[in-house]
Amino acid sequence: MCLAVPGKVVAIDDSADPLTGLIDFGGVQKQACLEYVPDVRVGEYVIVHVGFALQRLDEESALASLKLFEELGLLEEEFGDAWEQAAKEAGTP
Amino acid sequence: MKYIDEFNDPALARRLLDEIRATATRPWALMEVCGGQTHSIVRHGIDRLLPDEVELIHGPGCPVCVTPLEVIDKALEIAARPGVIFCSFGDMLRVPGTDRDLFRVKGGGGDVRVVYSPLDALELARRNPDREVVFFAIGFETTAPANAMAVHQARRLGLTNFSLLVSHVRVPPAVEAIMTAPTCRVQGFLAAGHVCSVMGTAEYPALAERYGVPIVVTGFEPLDILEGIRRAVRQLERGEHRVENAYARAVRDEGNPAAVRMIEEVFEVTDRNWRGIGRIPGSGWRLTDAFRAFDAEHRFDVTGIRTEEPAECRSGEVLQGLIKPTECGAFGTTCTPRTPLGATMVSSEGACAAYYLYRRMNDGPTPQAAPVAREEMNPVA
Ligand code: SF4
Repeated sequence: MCLAVPGKVVAIDDSADPLTGLIDFGGVQKQACLEYVPDVRVGEYVIVHVGFALQRLDEESALASLKLFEELGLLEEEFGDAWEQAAKEAGTP
Repeated sequence: MKYIDEFNDPALARRLLDEIRATATRPWALMEVCGGQTHSIVRHGIDRLLPDEVELIHGPGCPVCVTPLEVIDKALEIAARPGVIFCSFGDMLRVPGTDRDLFRVKGGGGDVRVVYSPLDALELARRNPDREVVFFAIGFETTAPANAMAVHQARRLGLTNFSLLVSHVRVPPAVEAIMTAPTCRVQGFLAAGHVCSVMGTAEYPALAERYGVPIVVTGFEPLDILEGIRRAVRQLERGEHRVENAYARAVRDEGNPAAVRMIEEVFEVTDRNWRGIGRIPGSGWRLTDAFRAFDAEHRFDVTGIRTEEPAECRSGEVLQGLIKPTECGAFGTTCTPRTPLGATMVSSEGACAAYYLYRRMNDGPTPQAAPVAREEMNPVA
């Protein structure tokens, strides 16, 4: 029920009240109310729930998360766990 | 699709699982609050891939499941009245009331319609000025901005034939209720990502502090859930209890201020009964006095409601994470998504339905009926 799906804003109807846009969900397009993300631009991603865009999707954070997952384990293999390292340096077990 | 496929990548999931395995040295019990997360966890078998140390307890975060029986019975009574168009999200149609469900009311001639958005119900009210259009406004904080906008628009447009049957619920008081229950085993929370997209994270540090639990804002795709678990376990192993945001692509600390303003204009906090759990102080929203004219409970005199839960249904214990659905004697026998005894078997986000759809019963073969049931469920969005 609380599922919200990411979609790309492909058109914005400024004259609509409330503010409305056309959102593309991987090929399926649907209207959504943009009143809660008023400064969103065409080409940006939003997350949509029951016909309302609730938040813009931050591409930078998305990529940062994926990069972090890629690096999991690798960092440790190279440098050891940073936390353990810090604990060792501080002299706590 | 963008930002769905990427967060389903099996190779990265394996990395996250390895990391969780390497981090967890002791048993930890985490609760995922949101039914959408329960659905994803059971569907992808995440709980089975986790190391034995990490247990997931399914929380009460399915609005369909916790809508109190007396409100369902009110909905059924209003929907059956002549002249009414009763609009609801699809999930609610099969939720059992005391002696029937909305589907039955529809079959008996009631004008019950499934809508995708509350604005669709508003449009119906505009087009049918001679009918009373009632929208069943259920949901957590995620859905509240949409429902608030619908009633706000109705007032602006001067619509007098539109009203909401409101049964809104809020997550933080539920977290509090879970933590203060004597039977509580929860040591950390995966907070519901989309609730926080709206409300932000400000309500959670006090809870993390008071109950000494990590609270990690978590998304819905498999990698999101694994990352939420990884961060919660890491905190627990370090003896920490902070609020962390593991779903930054959709959650800002401040939430969505415009949406929160609209909620606060239209709704006020109230006590609410949760189906199967009972009364939780401050755990709901109702319309403020300024919008009372749009309150279906005031517009329609629904009295003489007598409610009765089937005795064999243990959904209250399921919702509180005290038992797993398979521990209920009715699970998969007298209770299935076709013939649900409790609301947790109806919505695909209810733990009982999720187990029925994706989980072998007692680890036996998947029931034959499952694929059929899945099509029938018609989840929202
Ligand atoms: S399996 Fe059915 S009867 Fe048992 S707790 Fe779940 S909903 Fe209730």
